[in-house]
Amino acid sequence: MIFDDFLVRAALAGIGVALAAAPLGCFVVWRRMAYFGDATAHAAVLGVALSLVLSTSILAGVLVTSLAMATIVSSLSGRGYAMDTLLGVMAHSALALGLVAVSFVSGVRIDLMAYLFGDILAVGKWDLAIIWAGAMLVLGLMHWRWSSLLTATLNTDLAHASGIDPGREQLILTLSLAVVVAVALKVVGVLLIAALLIIPAATARPFSRTPESMALLAALFGAGSTTGGLQAAYWLDTPTGPTIVSLAALLFLLASLAGRLTPRVMKTTRQ
Amino acid sequence: MTLLTIENLAVDLGGQPILDNIHLALERGEIVTIVGPNGSGKTTLLKAIIGSLTPACGQIQRAPGLILGYVPQRLHLDPTLPMTVKRFMGLPRQHSRACIAQALERAGAAGLGQQQMSSLSGGQFQRILLARALLESPDLLILDEATQGLDQQGVIDFYRQLEAVRHELGCGVLMVSHELHVVMSTSDRVVCLNRSICCEGTPERVAASPAYHAMFGQGVQDALAVYRHDHHPRQALREPA
Repeated sequence: MIFDDFLVRAALAGIGVALAAAPLGCFVVWRRMAYFGDATAHAAVLGVALSLVLSTSILAGVLVTSLAMATIVSSLSGRGYAMDTLLGVMAHSALALGLVAVSFVSGVRIDLMAYLFGDILAVGKWDLAIIWAGAMLVLGLMHWRWSSLLTATLNTDLAHASGIDPGREQLILTLSLAVVVAVALKVVGVLLIAALLIIPAATARPFSRTPESMALLAALFGAGSTTGGLQAAYWLDTPTGPTIVSLAALLFLLASLAGRLTPRVMKTTRQ
Repeated sequence: MTLLTIENLAVDLGGQPILDNIHLALERGEIVTIVGPNGSGKTTLLKAIIGSLTPACGQIQRAPGLILGYVPQRLHLDPTLPMTVKRFMGLPRQHSRACIAQALERAGAAGLGQQQMSSLSGGQFQRILLARALLESPDLLILDEATQGLDQQGVIDFYRQLEAVRHELGCGVLMVSHELHVVMSTSDRVVCLNRSICCEGTPERVAASPAYHAMFGQGVQDALAVYRHDHHPRQALREPA
């Protein structure tokens, strides 16, 4: 067997995260929330530090800080701040604050690298259960709200006229994002979570004619990148999280080239 | 049958009063057009009616079970979002293939179902928006400058479709428009808005009112007097003023 037991667990963890990240990542791309995803993910380091100080579970700490960050950013967004500046400030200060806070935690030796870049090979059975529970929760939310989310993404007035509250849909995305960050922390680490959201979705775009096909393809590319990256990291003896993201980036590059070479697809990607 | 009653409506945006003391009732089967200068609160009024803005005071009462069809001023579609016409028509609720084909036909956009939204021309795009609004067989159709960016022929065709749809569905129509000539020939009632309602009534009455003069000037008034009784907007627009 090529796969030892921990590799199987790692692969399953990667697939779980990739499946949940695919539809959510599509919304992040469609709604131009890439930086928003970054800010939410970077807040996770602060969550790790806080949960070490308060000796609560890391999952809970990360969920709470990510959610808080996402909520703060969405509530500040409508108040005249330039969004990219605001997000730049929030994302990096959360990361810096988290790193400072971690250094204050005395008596506990923590492997900071594992939180920054993930430690997929150390995924235990309990971690795997949590990852899949989180992934199922996010997939369930996406499936349940899919049409409303799409309508609200297209145009908030169209949504209102159909009796959909875009604010509530935004909240669902925010919540899902926090959950994905919390469960992906172990797999790719805070620095690369946004990559796992955005790259597979962007890779799927040139081959998609409908939102649904884009989400499905993104799931396929995401799952392919995580399992392939895991395999590659095993052979090349490279860090796993970054290898996964590198493979995703390679797929994106190939997809863009393929998109350029196919005239019919070109027509659909250009405005 | 009254579809919508607005009483004493006021809307503020960013601390600025945009609408004040609005009273308006809409009946089934009538076409009501809102006219007014830029910044007079036309779009704000429509947004308050569809529920995307919260009034500062006053009430908007819908008839029980009222179905709204809404055609926005412009719809920006992010290029990263792939969307066929057919899929767009099914948002937020799926409809049968036959229903979609029928709505496209009604809006004058038959055969566009498989196209990407991003590949449509401006005129086709507006027709698709109209078709989507018609899918649910609305009781009240709300259009916000739905013909913006269309050429003359496009505008004429659009209003012709609209009139046909009104007869077919028997719905009420509330629209904002800048095409004063067409407005006057297709509307049952015109509402002049400038923060509050300055005057309203049949196109003739509004065209004769001093408030309307003050708002749009004499030139428009003359043009309307000439064209009012021509029910074929195509001819009305073809003749030079």
